[in-house]
Amino acid sequence: MPAIFGVARSTTATYEVAIDIGGMPIRVRTASRPFRRMLEARYAGFVNRSCPEPLFELEVDLVPPGRVAGGGDVRVRQESGRWSIERGDFRAEWEPALRRGWVRQSPNPHSIDSTLRIVHTLLLALEGGFLVHAASAVRDGRAVLFVGPSGAGKTTIARLAPENVTLLTDEISYVRLAKEYRAFGTPFTGELGRPGANSSAPIEALYVLEKDRGNRLEPMRVADGVRALLANILFFAQDPDLVTRVFQSACEFVARVPVYRLGFVPDATVWELIR
Amino acid sequence: MSSVYVAPSSEIAARRLGDEMVIMSVRDSTLFSLNEVATLIWQAADGSTPLDEIVQRTVCAAFDVDPSVALEDAERFVRELVRHGILSLSDRPITRVPATRPEDL
Repeated sequence: MPAIFGVARSTTATYEVAIDIGGMPIRVRTASRPFRRMLEARYAGFVNRSCPEPLFELEVDLVPPGRVAGGGDVRVRQESGRWSIERGDFRAEWEPALRRGWVRQSPNPHSIDSTLRIVHTLLLALEGGFLVHAASAVRDGRAVLFVGPSGAGKTTIARLAPENVTLLTDEISYVRLAKEYRAFGTPFTGELGRPGANSSAPIEALYVLEKDRGNRLEPMRVADGVRALLANILFFAQDPDLVTRVFQSACEFVARVPVYRLGFVPDATVWELIR
Repeated sequence: MSSVYVAPSSEIAARRLGDEMVIMSVRDSTLFSLNEVATLIWQAADGSTPLDEIVQRTVCAAFDVDPSVALEDAERFVRELVRHGILSLSDRPITRVPATRPEDL
């Protein structure tokens, strides 16, 4: 009904940013210009300005801080093809069939960052890829991944990288499967605080990081490789079908990509072991 | 325990990688890996072949081992997998088709 008196306030006035991570551009829409500016700054290397038809859309509904209640852990559930994602600081819904969703949050960068990560985990799970706690880098056109939990040395090994290495991320690696496994750069940073390069390369090897008294490299048994990979894959949903997909993805990855245990001291010579 | 039937639980995902079978409980994401011998038993656990016949056909045929010792080991192994909920055990043939079939069984 049109407003007769007073000032009509449009809630649909939108600013848009296409955030293109892993070749899966998501158009984020918001009614707030400052929020859009924040997104453009935070995802600077991943904003796609020539992207007429992003694959997915995410509407951001900004509310004052404290308006979204809930616990501290993230809960991801699926019902009738619609995913609901909840954490203390945001609520979101994602509909894969419609390729769109929304998030209700206060104007802060962390909630949208988490929402984007979770949406990407859901998208990747359906196509055999995954997000994993790993640093990744490209040398001579081939990518290597360094997997490990917090404190395992992901940022350290990224810092020690020689000049001819392009860093894709020091925290969360983006892995997709087409004819081969490819690693993509991500804006998700760890202690390094520097977004990765927005590029990609076929994956040559996966290294499972372990702090040691010397540098050493040894092939891992496949079951140990699957175990190490699964322990570090970002996955939030409890849905049995998706859990099975992630398991099969991890097995497929280990069947195709060599996995090594990399014991190292914080010393640049460790890169001499990496092919 | 010799006249028993075993079959993978419906709540697992499994994949053979090289000589090993990697199995995950989709209920709690616990991961198990079976060695070559255990994998032989797992792959033959079709719910309709008695365990003693499985042991005879697979383990005893492939390895030089005393049949009674092999069966005893197999029973211990089966009990452990049943305890973890990744294998079903019955004194009758198991006709139910698991919801999540291991790909390469």
